[in-house]
Amino acid sequence: MANVIRRQTPAAKLWRGVLYAVLVIAALFYVLPLVVMLMTSIKPLSEISAGTLLSLPQNPTLAPWTKAWGEACTGMRCEGVGGYFWNSFAIVIPAVLISTAVGALNGYALTKWRFKGSELVFALMLFGCFIPFQVVLLPMAQTLGWLGLSSSRAGLILVHVVFGIAFTTLFFRNFYVGIPNELVSAAKLDGAGFFRIFWRILLPVSAPIIVVSVIWQFTQIWNDFLFGVAFSAHDTQPVTVALNNLVNTSTGVREYNVDMAAAMIAALPTLVVYVLAGKYFVRGLTAGSVKG
Amino acid sequence: MRIPLPVFKKSALALALAAGTALASTAQANEVEVLHWWTSGGEARAANVLKELLEAEGYGWQDFAVAGGGGETAMTVLKSRAMSGNPPSAAQIKGPEIQEWGELGLLGDLNEVADAEGWNDLLPEIVADIMRYDGQYVAVPANVHRVNWLWANPDVLEAAGVEMPTTLDELFAAGEAIREAGFVPLAHGGQSWQDATVFESVVLGSQGTEFYQQALVELDPEALGGEQMVAALEDFKRLRELMDEGMPGRDWNIATAMVIEGVAGFQLMGDWAKGEFTAAGLTAGEDYLCAAAPGTEDAFTFNIDSLAMFRVTDDAEREAQHTLARLVLEPTFQEAFNLAKGSIPARPDLDMSEFDSCAQQSMADFQSTADEGGLVPSMAHGMAVRADVQGAIFDVVTNYFNDADMPAEEAAQRLVSAAEAASF
Amino acid sequence: MSETPTRTALRPTASGRLQAWLPRLVLAPSVAVSLFFVYGFMLWTFVLSLTSSRMLPSYDFVGFGQYARLMANERWWVASTNLMIFGTLFIVICLVLGALLAMLLDQKIRQEGALRTVYLYPMALSFIVTGVVWKWLLNPQLGIQAMVRSWGFESFEFDWIVDPDMAVYTLVIAAVWQASGFVMALFLAGLRGIDDSIIKAAQLDGASLPRIYWRVVMPCLRPVVFSAVMILAHIAIKSFDLVVALTGGGPGYATDLPATFMYTHAFNRAQIGLGSASAMLMLGGVLAILIPYLYSELRSRKHG
Repeated sequence: MANVIRRQTPAAKLWRGVLYAVLVIAALFYVLPLVVMLMTSIKPLSEISAGTLLSLPQNPTLAPWTKAWGEACTGMRCEGVGGYFWNSFAIVIPAVLISTAVGALNGYALTKWRFKGSELVFALMLFGCFIPFQVVLLPMAQTLGWLGLSSSRAGLILVHVVFGIAFTTLFFRNFYVGIPNELVSAAKLDGAGFFRIFWRILLPVSAPIIVVSVIWQFTQIWNDFLFGVAFSAHDTQPVTVALNNLVNTSTGVREYNVDMAAAMIAALPTLVVYVLAGKYFVRGLTAGSVKG
Repeated sequence: MRIPLPVFKKSALALALAAGTALASTAQANEVEVLHWWTSGGEARAANVLKELLEAEGYGWQDFAVAGGGGETAMTVLKSRAMSGNPPSAAQIKGPEIQEWGELGLLGDLNEVADAEGWNDLLPEIVADIMRYDGQYVAVPANVHRVNWLWANPDVLEAAGVEMPTTLDELFAAGEAIREAGFVPLAHGGQSWQDATVFESVVLGSQGTEFYQQALVELDPEALGGEQMVAALEDFKRLRELMDEGMPGRDWNIATAMVIEGVAGFQLMGDWAKGEFTAAGLTAGEDYLCAAAPGTEDAFTFNIDSLAMFRVTDDAEREAQHTLARLVLEPTFQEAFNLAKGSIPARPDLDMSEFDSCAQQSMADFQSTADEGGLVPSMAHGMAVRADVQGAIFDVVTNYFNDADMPAEEAAQRLVSAAEAASF
Repeated sequence: MSETPTRTALRPTASGRLQAWLPRLVLAPSVAVSLFFVYGFMLWTFVLSLTSSRMLPSYDFVGFGQYARLMANERWWVASTNLMIFGTLFIVICLVLGALLAMLLDQKIRQEGALRTVYLYPMALSFIVTGVVWKWLLNPQLGIQAMVRSWGFESFEFDWIVDPDMAVYTLVIAAVWQASGFVMALFLAGLRGIDDSIIKAAQLDGASLPRIYWRVVMPCLRPVVFSAVMILAHIAIKSFDLVVALTGGGPGYATDLPATFMYTHAFNRAQIGLGSASAMLMLGGVLAILIPYLYSELRSRKHG
C-alpha cells in the first residue's frame, strides 16, 4: 500500500500536515496514562495528596521505586515485588512454550491434513476463548484437587496451557492456511510423514506467527491474576498477586507512588516484549495470519 | 564375610524406620499455613508479632496473604482451596461465615485451648457465640473494631463555630454551618460498603439499638418495611446533602485525608480510620476528635477479625494450630496488634494505658455495652447477616443513595424483598 | 520424479494408515482438553444453576428457580444491558479507530515504528493497571476535569465516572485505549498484505484515495475484521478486572457487567446457584451472537 503513486501538490502537503497532526494527537491519548503513572511514581506522598494527577513533580524521588522493588509489604513479607518475578517466569515460560507448540501442531493438523469435520473441530476448540475465568474457577479447583496438582506450580501451568490452546491454535491455523498446500502435497507424495513435513517445511517459515503467539500468550499469562491467586500456594505466588497485595490493602495506609512504581515494575517484562518485538509482531501478523 | 540374614534384616528395618520418621517429620513440619489479608505496612508489622511468637515456640508460619475487598478475594481463594481438597491450616474468616464453614464440617475443634485459657469467662457472650459452632470453639478473635465512630477536624469545627454533634439533628445543623464556612461537611467515599456503613450508623442513631437489632440483624420484615425504617432512610438520604460531588467511587482513606487536611469537617467511618490519622502524625483528642456516631453513644457496632482453624489430620500441625490460637488471645499479641491497627483488643481485661484516648473510650464502651446491652454486630461488615442478604441490602442501600428520585418507602420495600429473596 | 506417484499408490501399509490417523491423534489431546475443561465445565455450571448451592457446590436441585430469581433481579438486567452497550461500542470504536490509525500509518510516515509502539503498548498492561490509571484520570477532583479547569475553563465538566447514567461509557474509554492499538496492528498487517497492483490499477482508473480505500481495500480486509472481532469480543465478555479496578461496579451498580455479577454472587455473596445461572445466560447470549457470525465467516471463505 505504501508504494502507490503520490502527487505532491500544495493540497497534498496540507493533507500531509493534517495527517501528522492527527497521528500525534492520537499518540498523546495513548501516552497520557503512562506519563501520569510515571510522574506519580516519582512524587513524594505529600505532593500526591496536595496536587492533581497531572501536576509536574516538584521534588522527584526514586524512593518509591526502591521501596516497590525490595521493601514494600505484600503480606508478612516486606520484600517488595522483585522476588515474585521468579515465580511468574517459572509459570509463564513453560506455559507459553507448551501452548505455542501444541497450537502449532494443531494448526498444522487442521489445515494440511484436513479430514471430515476438521472445521467443526476448529470451531469447537475456538469457544475456549470465550469462557470467563470466574466461571471455571471452582470446577478447575476441584479438578486440580483430583489430579493432585492443587496449589502447585505444575497445576497453574496446566491451567494456563488449557485455556491458551484455543488462541494459539487460532493463530497458527490462520497462518498455515495461507501457506500453499502444494508444498505439503509434494512432500507427501515423496513419502514424508506428518512430523517430518512439519519439521522440514512448515516450522522454518513459522517464525512470524511463533512470535505473535508467544507475545500474546506471554502477555495474557503474565498479567493473569485470578488463576494466579486461586491456584498458587504461599511460595509460588506470581507477581500479579504481590502487586494486588501491595495496592489493595483494605484498611491500611495507601502509598500511591509506591503502588504506581510497583505496577510499572510488574508490567516491565510485557512492556519490554511489546516495545522490542512489536515490529516482529506486525510482521508476523502480516505474513498471512490475518488473511483467513 | 557373611552377615547372618536376620541381623541384617533387623538393622535394615531399623534404618528404614529411622529414615521414614525423619522424612515424615520434615514433610509434615509442624507449620501452619495462614491465609489473611493483613498486607499494609502497619498491619504486616503488627501481625509479624504473632509469627515471631509462634516461631519462638518452635512452630513455623507459612504466610499466604491475599489482599482486596476487605477479604473478598481471600475468601474466594479459600473456597477454591477447599474445593481442591487442601484448605490452609488457618484463615481469617469472620462473622456468620464461620458458621457456614462449620456447617460444611471443615473446621477444627479448639475447645482444648478454650478451656485451658478460660475463653468462656474472658470473652463477652456475644463475641464467644460468633467464635463457636455447635458448641465448639472453631475460631479465635484477633481484635474488635468499632464501626459507629464520627471523626472530626477540630480546626474546621472551630472555624465554623460548631461542637461535636451528639444527635443527627445536631449533625445536620453543624453541617450547614461548616458548609457556610467553606468546607465540605461530611467526607465520604461512594462505595457500597461505605454507604452501608453510614446507613447502619444512621439507623442506629435515628431509631435506636433495639430497632437496629430487629431490622438489620433479625431481618424482621415489619421493622424493615415500616415507618421507622422510612424515617431512618430519609435521614440517610439527607446526609447526602452534606457530602461533596466527587464522592462516588472515592476510597475511604482519601475521604479520611480530606478530614486530615482540613478540607472536610467530619467522617463517619470505623476505627481503622485512626490508622490514617496516626500515620499523619496526629494525636487523638488534640489534632483530631473522635466520638460515637450521632445518636449512638450507648451502642457499639462491632466488627471482629478472627482466625478460624481448619480440621487437620496431622498431629504436629494441630498442635501448631492450637498454639497459634492460644497466642492470638494472649496479651502480647493483642496489645501489639491493636496498637498498630487502631482497633481494641478482644480481651477486655487488657491494660489499656498504652492506647490513645479514642481506643480507651472504645474499650470502656465495649465493656459497658456488653454488660448493659447495646453491643450489636455490624451489618455492613459481615457480622450480622449472611453474605447474600448483606449483598442484597447493599444493592438497595447504594442504589437508593445514588438515585435522586427513589422515595424512602420504595427503598424500605426493597429492603424487605432483599431480606426475603436472598435466601433460597 | 516419475516413480514417486506409483510408489505411493501401491502402498496402503500400516505406516500409511498411521499417517492418516496421526493428525487426529495430534488433535485429540486438545479436543479432549476442550471437551473436558470447556464444555465439561460449562455443563457442570449448568448443573449447578439448577441447584440451591450457596457457599460451595451442593446438589440440592430446585429446577429453574435460580433462573426465575435471576429474571426478577434488577441488577442482572442492568448488567446485561451494560454488556450490550459496552460490547457494541467497544468493538465498533476499536474497529473504526484501529482501521483509521492503520490507514494513516500506512501512508509512508516517518517514525512509523515509534508511533506504532505508542499505539500498541497499552495492550501489554494488565486491565487492572489500566483501570486504576483511568480511574484517576477520570476522577473529577484529581484528573482531567481538574486539569482543564486549572487552565481557566471553569465550567468544563467531565464527571462521567461519578454519574450513574454515563459511567458505563468510561469503561468504553479505558477499554478502547487498551485494545485499539492491537486492532491497528492487525489492520496494518492486513493492509501491508494487500497486493499493490490492485491499488495501482484503481488509481490508474482515476479513483481518489478515499474511494480506493472504501471500495477496494475494505473488502480485502474482511478476514482482519473477523480476527479483530473475535479478539475484541473475548475481551468484552471477559471484562472483569477492568470494571473492578475502574469503577468497582459503581456508582451503585451502574457499571456492573455479567462477569462481575456472576463473581460477586457466586463468591462474595455465597450464591453459587444464582451465579451459575447468570454464567449460563451470559455464555448463551454470547454464543447466540457469535455462532451465526462464525458460521458465516468460516463458510464464506474457501481455503485451499
